Amino acid sequence: MKGLSLALRLLRRDLRSGELRVLLAALLVAVTCVTAVAFFTDRVQQALTRQAGELLAADLRLLADHPIPAAWRERAAALGLRTAELRGFRSMVMGPAGARLAEIKAAGTGYPLRGTLRIAAAPFAASRAVAGPPPRGTVWVEAPLLSALGVAVGDAVTVGEARLRIGAVLRHEPDRGGGLFSIAPRLLMNLADLPATGLVQTGSRVQYALLLGGPAAAVTELRRTLAPSLGPGERIEGAADARPEVRAALTRARQFLGLAAVVGVVLACVAIAMAARRFARRHLDTCAVLRCLGARQGQIAGLFVWQLLVLGLAGGLLGGLLGLLAQALLAKILGGLLLVALPAPSAWPLAAGLAVSLGGLFGFALPPVLALRAVPTLRVLRRELGGLRPASAGTYLAGLLGLAALVLWQAGGWRLGLTLLAGIALAGLLLWLAAGGLVRLLRHLPRQGQAAWRFGLANLVRRPGAATAQVMAFGLGLMVLLLLSVVRGDLLTAWAGRLPPDAPNRFVVAIQPDQLEAVRAFFHETGLPPATFHPMVRARLQAIAGRAVDPEAYSDERARRLATRAFNLSWASRLQADNTVVAGRWWTTDAAGQVNEPRQFSVEEGIARSLGIELGDRLRFDVAGETQEAPVTSLRKVQWDSLRANFFVLAPPALLRGLPASYITSFHLPAGEGARLNALLKRFPNLTVIDISEVMAQVRAIIERVALAVQYVFLFTLAAGLTVLYAAIQASLDERLRENAILRALGARRRHLLLGLAAEFVTLGGLAGLLAAALAALLGYLLASQVLELAYTGSPWLWLLGPLLGGLGVGIAGLLGTWRVIGSPPLRVLRAG
Amino acid sequence: MTQSLRKPVLQVEALGKAVPAVGGGGPLVILEALSLRIEAGESVAIVGPSGSGKSTLLGLLAGLDLPSQGRVWLDGVELTALDEDARAALRGERLGFVFQSFLLLPALNALENVMLPLELAGRDEARKEAEAVLERVGLGQRLHHLPAQLSGGEQQRVAIARAFVARPALLLADEPTGNLDAHTGAHIIDLLFELNRERGTTLVLVTHDDHLAGRCQRILHLREGRLQGDGAAP
Repeated sequence: MKGLSLALRLLRRDLRSGELRVLLAALLVAVTCVTAVAFFTDRVQQALTRQAGELLAADLRLLADHPIPAAWRERAAALGLRTAELRGFRSMVMGPAGARLAEIKAAGTGYPLRGTLRIAAAPFAASRAVAGPPPRGTVWVEAPLLSALGVAVGDAVTVGEARLRIGAVLRHEPDRGGGLFSIAPRLLMNLADLPATGLVQTGSRVQYALLLGGPAAAVTELRRTLAPSLGPGERIEGAADARPEVRAALTRARQFLGLAAVVGVVLACVAIAMAARRFARRHLDTCAVLRCLGARQGQIAGLFVWQLLVLGLAGGLLGGLLGLLAQALLAKILGGLLLVALPAPSAWPLAAGLAVSLGGLFGFALPPVLALRAVPTLRVLRRELGGLRPASAGTYLAGLLGLAALVLWQAGGWRLGLTLLAGIALAGLLLWLAAGGLVRLLRHLPRQGQAAWRFGLANLVRRPGAATAQVMAFGLGLMVLLLLSVVRGDLLTAWAGRLPPDAPNRFVVAIQPDQLEAVRAFFHETGLPPATFHPMVRARLQAIAGRAVDPEAYSDERARRLATRAFNLSWASRLQADNTVVAGRWWTTDAAGQVNEPRQFSVEEGIARSLGIELGDRLRFDVAGETQEAPVTSLRKVQWDSLRANFFVLAPPALLRGLPASYITSFHLPAGEGARLNALLKRFPNLTVIDISEVMAQVRAIIERVALAVQYVFLFTLAAGLTVLYAAIQASLDERLRENAILRALGARRRHLLLGLAAEFVTLGGLAGLLAAALAALLGYLLASQVLELAYTGSPWLWLLGPLLGGLGVGIAGLLGTWRVIGSPPLRVLRAG
Repeated sequence: MTQSLRKPVLQVEALGKAVPAVGGGGPLVILEALSLRIEAGESVAIVGPSGSGKSTLLGLLAGLDLPSQGRVWLDGVELTALDEDARAALRGERLGFVFQSFLLLPALNALENVMLPLELAGRDEARKEAEAVLERVGLGQRLHHLPAQLSGGEQQRVAIARAFVARPALLLADEPTGNLDAHTGAHIIDLLFELNRERGTTLVLVTHDDHLAGRCQRILHLREGRLQGDGAAP
């Protein structure tokens, strides 16, 4: 404990005298940056999850094929959750022009708990948002139902035994997801009118839903308590179980935000290592004196370990609080832009901040500081002895391993994580080689022009080791910044570009096989865009690799749901453009285009993982009472956000052809041409046309919101990078102070010194920027092509921006950081030495 | 003479130090076959021109470095047979140091600097003893000043207090007045010799200053790594 008290005393004095200012600043910036990003990321992710919750019209949805158990409602009420009830079923709706199958949804008060309903006065009129379901006695219907029934808004239709007036055209329903491809037009009515229809009776297939909304903790709690007690036909759906294309967007968002956070940590650790070396260098004498006074090596090591521990804990907590403040400010600025209220941050980023603080200190500050215990005692007599040895990668091995683990964890996937790691390591190596090369090149530059310029260059050349290290540090920082601007700019554009303006916005489903040719001809004759018609066969999965599929055997809820529901199988000879085979092989065809082996399946990788289906497993499906069994010969990755019709399970045409099937197609209909579909519906009244432009707008809004979040998180990382540059400048401050004092004593004017410093830092920054541009371009290309599977459109701006940003940024930051050098009276500096 | 009957505080036998020459070639000999014996309570000055090996000798006497040849006994313990940590412990117990550049820890105040040797040795009464010694060197009113807030003379007085606080058997001083003006230097020397007398400490100092050397009981002249004139072992 004596060691602790001495350590604390030294620490306090060091803090007070400013000895530790740089190290602590680096640490605080590190932790603040990390926690601010983590807090903000956490809140944005929570908000995005809620946004995804709009697709459920709730935070959580309890579904049952029988009336909702009273216990669920009581439990929800006890937790203070808001609720709304829904019933859904299919029924014919009658109008003057005949009968039409409709998806009927009866909604109780409160619906929708998340998202909004939009209605319009006429099929192609402007829509407006409304709160709550239609009033009693009225229904809102989707436009196709109007033309099918030959009615307009204001007319009455018959639903079961009830006559209900059409109050408006239903344009958007937040939870119009689920069986996107198998639905009839929607008729939305008030739950209170349902008994009068007489449609809900024994034997009718009604789906009962209880929507729940409220604080995330209560929602999680409800889910946790209800999940184990679910009976047959009952299930829970959260935002994460909602539509696959939304899940794809969320996963990508997490990767982007995680990437930004990791970069912050890497930069911070560079700063910590630099500041710690400076700290160690300035404590060489202290340690030599301590050794001289009889301190053992262990005592000295203990002294500094205590100091780091205290510093780490304090820095972690303080930085965490600063991070909380920083993100609060950020959230305030962003609140209006994000359009959704950000939920309160959770506490885990504080722990993460503490871990980063201690990890960063012990990984990157401990090695140089521990080296102090071996300072030769003779240094007390001969000051030139026992300088710090230059750091090697091995010195920071533990820290680097910690960082690697962090990168992998944040990347959330091995592929992205390993690519990032490889990128960082490669950048480090290349930066070291290239920085050293460039510094060496400077030596051969003609020494002409202004004396200040010559002096600045000479300064770089004279300290090749330090110059190389700094070009490398600046280069790394700038590279990451440029990379992020590449990621944010090029990759984000490419990502958003995946949803081209002509992405499909209409689906036509329930096309009967005998209508297929007529519909195709109709498309051709009326000038509708050429479309691909995908066959669809309803099937139930019975067995995987000889084991009967038992939904209860899956602990994963998504798997359980997938195992209970009917699959839409499809057949195809060729692989769709938005599908990639990730395991096994796509079927081969003969010269005539016939698939050589008809008995095989290709399964989407996500569902395969959920259900535990492996390549080579035999799947057995029940299709309209007939058993179809075949092995899985390939796993596909589906780009769900292409918004095209896609299927979990595909088979060669020969396996399924002849089984009861319907066809589905998707195409892009330019805005304002919606009326052209009336003719299609008049001619083929049994078809269902789904307008997904509203759904797409929703997906697009989510993507845009994610992009915005990434941009703002990137601002934080930029700040961290700039602070690292400052720490690097601080590292050379002692030497500069002494040097410039000598020059001043020899008669150099301030202007001369200033110009010399400017020349030095601008050159340093310019070189680093050049390197950074090259590496960012390379790494961006690797990320784009290998991981995100995007076409990379590298920008020539990199090459201009890199050196310019480096020269200007390092130049300004350098002058600001070395202002003391110019400002200090030379005598004080010389005497202090 | 009674001197030879006293127990030697420091005994050096055939001490030699050589380092590899900078430009290659044979090793550079700094000290050669040096023997000496210093009795308890003696005051000894080591003088010699720059580069004669004075600082190297002082470093070896304190166990801050190891010789190439020969042996050193400090208060009866063979210093040259100990490992670094054991030498450090022995230093803490039996040696005091005063340096030309004071070498106070800039982060600690006067009192804390003086307490340091006692704290490192795990002694409990550190504060009281440190205060008493600082009072003795005339800094009773400046206990809580940081080195940067003290004049050169005051800093050296703190260093002297730190050197004496653990009641060492031997005090080594390396040009103790080298960074001070003549007037302040004289005061420091007075203080050093007073304390030396009061506490019965043995004093070995390295200096250029003939006046300072003249106040010692014995002067050892070092030239090109060898002791000259006045007998090495009395």
